[in-house]
Amino acid sequence: MTVGIVVVSHSRALADAAVELARQMLPGRPLAVEVAAGTEDGGLGTDAAAVSAAIEAADSGEGTVVLMDLGSAVLSAETALEFLADDVRERTLLTAAPLVEGLVGAVVVAAGGATRQQVAAEAERGLAPKQAQLT
Amino acid sequence: MNPDQLTAWLTRFAELVHEHRDELTALDSAIGDADHGSNMDRGMAAVVAALAEAPPADAAAVLKRTGATLVSKVGGASGPLYGTLFLRMAGSADAGFAASLRAGFEGVLARGKAEPGDKTMVDALGPACDVLDAGGSLAQAAQAAADGRDATVPLVARKGRASYLGERSAGHADPGATSTALLLQAAAETLGGSQEQGGEATS
Repeated sequence: MTVGIVVVSHSRALADAAVELARQMLPGRPLAVEVAAGTEDGGLGTDAAAVSAAIEAADSGEGTVVLMDLGSAVLSAETALEFLADDVRERTLLTAAPLVEGLVGAVVVAAGGATRQQVAAEAERGLAPKQAQLT
Repeated sequence: MNPDQLTAWLTRFAELVHEHRDELTALDSAIGDADHGSNMDRGMAAVVAALAEAPPADAAAVLKRTGATLVSKVGGASGPLYGTLFLRMAGSADAGFAASLRAGFEGVLARGKAEPGDKTMVDALGPACDVLDAGGSLAQAAQAAADGRDATVPLVARKGRASYLGERSAGHADPGATSTALLLQAAAETLGGSQEQGGEATS
């Protein structure tokens, strides 16, 4: 079993595209990546109940790492924690990683069997390659 | 507090949000992402529908369902913020309106991590709680919230999408403080003097 990944975004299109980009790194390898993005009617927004459902769906017992875009995505993810069972909440990590770059790093190490702490740490290092290139 | 009173309050708040929807969105288009009016209108319409579909049996259940609906239906940051306000109020529903609102306010502070003067709903909700805690009436609390809203006009936003604008966020009232003033106005119109019963739950 591997750590699950959850992507929380205002935009379903943005989240799906970020997941597509990240999955390019995992040809033929399974990994639970769930998306909670957009409003029910297809608009821009976030839904804490959808985030908690995505966390439950992505969690196979090894826990999840949650990546978010900005603003209400962060508040909705924090609120979602309140709706989870205690054991699921305890193995859920919200990370301040940049969404796109962090997700690419996160899926690679998650698929390799890393712990959720390792996955979150890798995600949070997501900007390092870009920073190194541009200095 | 009894469930019928609270439902009347929330229904009136939904009406006020609907009436002021364009104003709230205009404020938010000046300093944010132009969705506060439509988001709150959608969220509160869903609350009214959820309460009508199966009227909750007690005050805590009214508040809990309101919070759970808002975190799901609003879409923007107001969803988790107003949602947390009502979910925390539900946890203190037996303590009376003033204490319940104070618990909700503390939930908003913890969720949003905003402080007074950051140009947020905190600037309207905090003064209203202070008035109620000091034994003031709901009408006085509504006035304090309106004054708090007006006091956000010259402030520079330090939270939310408006904070990306820096100094350009000054000169407009905060949309969240504006909708919070409507929440207290609705309370003054519908809950009468019920908060004067202090810690005695009336449900």
